[in-house]
Amino acid sequence: MADIPHPHGARPRPLSPHLQIYKWSVTMVTSITHRITGVGLYLGLVFIAWWLVAASMGPEAYAPFLAAAANPIGQFILFGFTWAGAYHLFNGIRHLAWDLGYGFLPKDAMWSGIAVVALSIVAAVGMFVWAYTVRMGAPI
Amino acid sequence: MRSQTPLQRVQGLGAAHSGTQHFWRERITSVALIPLTIWFGFAALALVGAREVDVLTFFQHPWNAGLMGLFIITLLVHSVIGMQSVIDDYVQQPALKVLSLLLNRGFAWLMGAICLVALLRIVS
Repeated sequence: MADIPHPHGARPRPLSPHLQIYKWSVTMVTSITHRITGVGLYLGLVFIAWWLVAASMGPEAYAPFLAAAANPIGQFILFGFTWAGAYHLFNGIRHLAWDLGYGFLPKDAMWSGIAVVALSIVAAVGMFVWAYTVRMGAPI
Repeated sequence: MRSQTPLQRVQGLGAAHSGTQHFWRERITSVALIPLTIWFGFAALALVGAREVDVLTFFQHPWNAGLMGLFIITLLVHSVIGMQSVIDDYVQQPALKVLSLLLNRGFAWLMGAICLVALLRIVS
């Protein structure tokens, strides 16, 4: 970057933001993750629609949906949506707290971000553990 | 020199004649979605691996049908505003911007129609 010719003998101007050398902070990561999970959940509406339509069309139409959901790839996608939903929910509450004026100190914003990430992982893993151990054993 | 009338000044809307509706609607729907999402999480857990008939029985309970309908509508309103702010931020080319904003609305109306018709078929 330093050998870019600069006119008028001026010093090279700072090139920022520069993605490769950007120092990511907790608040930056949680902010863009909120947006990415939001877009992902938006697309996930298709799966809710598929679920309801399949259920409304009788057992023959519901069987392929169940098979797709139970498939390892389906389970991976479902886990992704479960985590994304939990993250967007918890981080959304964090945003609402900010809207009310709480938690703006850099230290507070950092620990609340770490807490949101941890909680979302615990919630998503917890739901899957519960589904596999309790629910799968005795479907209603 | 300000050419605003006192009424325009207190309304604080400026030349666009609108301002904070999207901001407020996004917040209101997000507050409503906290209990609705928690309910949906429990509902989804209760129906893991369930047969089609059990899903029907679940949604034929008036509380569950009503909450699912509210969840879908609130989620769609919230999703449209969220996606619109993403489009506003990243899509600059005018034609592409209008197209994506229309697709955003169209997607939400389509999903809403499909989900609510399916829910009504399940309930009836």
